[in-house]
Amino acid sequence: MCGIVGIFSKSSAIAGQLGSHMSRMLVEMSARGPDSAGAAIYGSPLGAGACRVSMRTEQPGTDWRMLESELAREFGSANTHRSGQAYACLQVAGEPDAVQHWIETHMPELDVMSVGRALEIYKDAVSPRIFVERFELARMSGTHALGHTRMATESRVNPNGSHPFSTGLDLCLVHNGSLSNHNQLRRELQREGISFRTENDSEVAAGYLTWRLRGGSSIEQALEGCLEDLDGFYTFAVGTLDGFAVLRDPIACKPAVIAETDDWVAMASEFRALALLPGAADAQVWEPEGGRVYTWGTTVFT
Amino acid sequence: MTALEDALVDVAKFDLAGEPLRQLNSRLHEACSSGMPRSWQVVNPGGKHSIAVGLDAELDVEIAGHVGYYCAGMNQRANVRVLGNCGVGVAENMMSGLVVIHGNASQSAGASAHGGLLVVHGDASARCGISLKGADIVVEGSIAHLGAFMAQRGRLVVCGDAGHSLGDSLYEATVYVRGSVAALGADCVEQEMRDEDVSELRELLERAEIAAVNAAEFRRYASARELYNFHVDNAGDYRHPDA
Repeated sequence: MCGIVGIFSKSSAIAGQLGSHMSRMLVEMSARGPDSAGAAIYGSPLGAGACRVSMRTEQPGTDWRMLESELAREFGSANTHRSGQAYACLQVAGEPDAVQHWIETHMPELDVMSVGRALEIYKDAVSPRIFVERFELARMSGTHALGHTRMATESRVNPNGSHPFSTGLDLCLVHNGSLSNHNQLRRELQREGISFRTENDSEVAAGYLTWRLRGGSSIEQALEGCLEDLDGFYTFAVGTLDGFAVLRDPIACKPAVIAETDDWVAMASEFRALALLPGAADAQVWEPEGGRVYTWGTTVFT
Repeated sequence: MTALEDALVDVAKFDLAGEPLRQLNSRLHEACSSGMPRSWQVVNPGGKHSIAVGLDAELDVEIAGHVGYYCAGMNQRANVRVLGNCGVGVAENMMSGLVVIHGNASQSAGASAHGGLLVVHGDASARCGISLKGADIVVEGSIAHLGAFMAQRGRLVVCGDAGHSLGDSLYEATVYVRGSVAALGADCVEQEMRDEDVSELRELLERAEIAAVNAAEFRRYASARELYNFHVDNAGDYRHPDA
């Protein structure tokens, strides 16, 4: 069991309170996943040629200011978007690939969790309630967000094994379920140049989507490919720069419910996480069918 | 309110936004024992699980809003009405009584139910009536895949369409569908709709308070009895491997 949640704002009021809504949805899903929690927030996107990098570290005393000034020296400008003891999100005036390469070369002790123009990822092996407090999630705003509460089955309970997983620019995935052909698929994807940080099955699904998108597929085509190429059971919520998508395995093994109003569209493993959103009582509520891709967003999904 | 105070009102009201779920269920169980009050109104259910489970008396419980998993599970004799959608396993293992959902139902609605009537006025998701053991289920909308999977007794009535694998590994339950069937499951076949089927169905739709649907428009599906009946021609297949 795990809990997944996602929300896409259709009004500025929801966008301004996005972190607060995400916090309450995550805490409500604590019983489905008390081991770890994580969230992906899509804030206002940076311009072309700049990127936002989310990192975490196990090393106490990491000097994020120092990293910021080194990145500024290398790329011209950098600032700290958010930081805490063990995590930071920096904004750098450099091409994403170059910035990521520089960090991984010069600061190998850091785990880069996401790179993109809008995406930020935070996660930790703590209960959802502690997670939202530690990362001050309620203060964040953005267009859309995904969240995950984990009850571990496939790999160690540590921050890197927590969701969301990102293996490509502004792309992330949260997963409820379990894949059975992930080792085989991971080897195949590694040969295609996709790199993985964990032994986790869900990271393989994220890597698969990255590989398909690199090959020119739309997010819908990439998700339809999952139906053919992934063996196991899953409900996925996938975030991209402009929107989010939901897919359940063809026999709909894992739960999912979607609700929509004029102000937002949201999905969750259970309705009670959606019941907390403004206007939920009058929302249109339905259960997504297995094997069908649902998408919300703007340009990416056209 | 205490149980004594409960007993003095005509309709007991319970607000799940303010009071814990366990308190609601224990109050309802006390009312099952004392018979008072008979009518309950529950507000702000907020998708909580296991609301009004295990009732065993002729109570009327109305829940204003969406409920979570297993609502009205194991129901006996009570009438439970949900003015909203419900999560997984509504009325699972119901023995008798009436459960009415005015919205959509999630997976496994009426799972293993032995008796009583479950009415879903919206759609029901996958595995509706899985392992049904004698209850009746009437869905005014459509159902997703694996409806009546391994159902043993009872009736599943679908006024809309049915998803794939309908009636897979069916035993002696009967399925009636008015719209299309995506695909029948193993050992489930269409059978002739007889006059007694139509009159049985008419009576069932009436009890479900679904007036606008004509009982003669349904098709009947049941087990071909190929999968679970012993065939003497196959006797050799049953020999113990060591014999």
